[in-house]
Amino acid sequence: MASQHGTPPVFSNKLVAWIDHRLPIFSYIEKEYHTFPMPRNVNYFWNFGAIATILLVLMIATGVVLATNYTAHVDFAFQSVERIDRDVAQGWLIRDLHMNGASFFFIAVYIHMFRGLYYGSYKAPRELLWILGVVILLLLMATAFMGYVLPWGQMSFWGATVITNLFSAIPVVGPSIVEWLWGGFAVENPTLNRFFALHYLLPFVIVGVVALHVVALHQHGSNNPLGIDPKGPQDTVPFHPYLTMKDGFGVMVFLLVFCAFVFFAPDYLGHPDNYVKADPLVTPPHIVPEWYFLPFYAILRAVPDKLGGVIAMFAAIAVLFILPWLDTSRVKSCTFRPIYKWFVFVLLIDCVILGFCGANPAEGFWVPLSQVATAYYFFHFLILLPVLGKIERPLPLPHSIADAVLKKKAG
Amino acid sequence: MRKLILASAVALAALAPVAGHAAGGDSIFPMPPVKWSFSGPFGTYDRAAAQRGFQVFKEVCTACHSLSLVAYRNLTELGLTENQVKAIAAEYQVPDLNDEGQPIERPARLSDRFKKPFANDAAAAAANQGKAPPDLSLIVKARAGGADYTYALLVGYADYAKLSAEDKAKLDKQVQKASGDPKAKFEVTKDENFNKYFPGYKISMAAPLAADKVTYVDGTKATLEQLSADVTHFLAWASEPKLEDRKRTGVRVLLFLLVLTGLMYAVKRQVWADKH
Ligand code: HEC
Ligand code: HEM
Repeated sequence: MASQHGTPPVFSNKLVAWIDHRLPIFSYIEKEYHTFPMPRNVNYFWNFGAIATILLVLMIATGVVLATNYTAHVDFAFQSVERIDRDVAQGWLIRDLHMNGASFFFIAVYIHMFRGLYYGSYKAPRELLWILGVVILLLLMATAFMGYVLPWGQMSFWGATVITNLFSAIPVVGPSIVEWLWGGFAVENPTLNRFFALHYLLPFVIVGVVALHVVALHQHGSNNPLGIDPKGPQDTVPFHPYLTMKDGFGVMVFLLVFCAFVFFAPDYLGHPDNYVKADPLVTPPHIVPEWYFLPFYAILRAVPDKLGGVIAMFAAIAVLFILPWLDTSRVKSCTFRPIYKWFVFVLLIDCVILGFCGANPAEGFWVPLSQVATAYYFFHFLILLPVLGKIERPLPLPHSIADAVLKKKAG
Repeated sequence: MRKLILASAVALAALAPVAGHAAGGDSIFPMPPVKWSFSGPFGTYDRAAAQRGFQVFKEVCTACHSLSLVAYRNLTELGLTENQVKAIAAEYQVPDLNDEGQPIERPARLSDRFKKPFANDAAAAAANQGKAPPDLSLIVKARAGGADYTYALLVGYADYAKLSAEDKAKLDKQVQKASGDPKAKFEVTKDENFNKYFPGYKISMAAPLAADKVTYVDGTKATLEQLSADVTHFLAWASEPKLEDRKRTGVRVLLFLLVLTGLMYAVKRQVWADKH
């Protein structure tokens, strides 16, 4: 088989060659996942795309099995989920995998995004790659939100009520939009039914967008911790076996942590109230969303005005769409940005603080804290990033990736 | 490797916000310490304790509480024989329809779920000063603190008048904080049940257990603590009957993954040997 970059592969297996001549799937795999040149210096942060892909497959597989045993009706949903846990063979395992899989999907995607932020992977020519990523994030959030409603526990119901009600803040058409979302005058059976239909649909839309994401990625190849382009074969390694083995190892480590939660703390990331069947007449003392929404929930509540809060929450994601143009620095990687480097970590801390604000009742010192943290979030993207790019003096970039790698080895 | 550790730290930092609600309630009283055979990665249910707990549940709690997700047949998982369980089920009359479609009552079978003490929630509430006793099938999973909380609740009844002045002051303070009224005082009337661990400290359920409330068939001394721990053990099982399967599978899966991870690491190092 050919393995030189660029030359078309020759397949020794006759059947493979016959198929490939008509449908070039083997050439595609050969080109994109075997000989594909990867910067030789990518670190373990570059595993998280592969990890997210594995989780996407896992979520769809476990989700389809759950759906074969689930009943989308307000009178039966809660019991049907409990039947999966108690009576369906290995049902508890499928459910624990899916439930915790959602949380770990967000962990993987948030780390994946942080990698992009730190190493400037969103900059030219990868703007569309990044934007497709933000689209995936939005789809993922919608999917997770609707999935959480399905077991029809107290938090399912009240979470759905609070979040759908947000749309009523929109002037004039708000209330009509909310009724349209509900399919009635409250979160009721039609709401549950459509959430189930959409929750089954959206993951396949995500698969489609991920495919585009990979096409965009392979157009210019992966970025790397130095943020400079490979200049030739001495700067790269073929995807297989180098990255397949490195990704394989990274995936295994991630699965170890994931399985520790699935088997030994399956409900740690959940809320006990969701083991109480939904009751529209009993409001839980604290309505909190799942942990991965907490920073956004904090931004929502930080603004005293309801409409303003909704706008701020959506803006928090919208800024990510224009991030490639907000960052004015010509240097990609924070390795060479002595000032910005620290502010990326400040932003991370800010997001964790927002998470805590979202988890706690909006009272006492949490209110001003979430307001300051929200202000800082937008300050980072809208003011700091554009200004810093202009005034910061980046460190000198190495001549090539190979140079830097060899120098590090020598020193 | 260093980066990987950093990445894990980032993940853990992101998880931290949820740690808040995993802890127990916000009672001013420290939780009584209990040890459960089912906690820890190798934990299993203690069959004898769960069987005693079932006896307590059957003789005391079923008067008010349903256990709608558990069927009589499930009791065989606690080590009771099928004949024993059949006999237990047969003690209950459950509603059904006969061949002519007329409503009848017949003895419960193995496949029936635990008989509900009240026809519906409204009847349950009416018989209990307006507060329906909740179904207990998931109670251990449905409360922050889990089994520790259920146990604490059952042993947590106390005479408010006999509390120390310090504790009373703390209760007043909590009421003042919640109501925003600096002069508010915590109060309980004669008809209300003071409980140290129930949110708000006043519960509609009168203390269901007391020493020797049940005479154990296995001769165990029925102290309040023993009765409470046993019935909690039974309820923990009812909340998660598959806990043992989960932990057993988990140990195997983790060992398998650990070996595979080690192999992957060795292979990866080998492959990259000339590139670092
Ligand atoms: C006389 C009827 C009655 C009996 C008997 C009874 N309960 Fe209850 N129980 C209630 C009522 C009523 C409530 C609702 C209390 C409230 O919400 O204020 C309740 C609530 C509970 C709760 C939920 C507390 C919470 O955090 O919401 C638990 C746990 C509980 N009971 C356990 C038991 C156990 C175990 C037994 C048997 C040892 C038992 N009960 C016997 C009436 C009863
Ligand atoms: C379902 C979720 C996602 C999947 C399956 C996925 C998949 C992938 C894969 C396989 C790669 C290549 C491997 C890697 O560099 O890690 C990649 C790269 C990338 N992804 Fe994602 N991704 C997802 C979500 C996102 C999100 C939410 C964003 C950002 C908003 C994003 C931004 C990027 C960027 C910028 C790159 C190129 C990184 C570089 O080369 O430095 N992705 N993605």
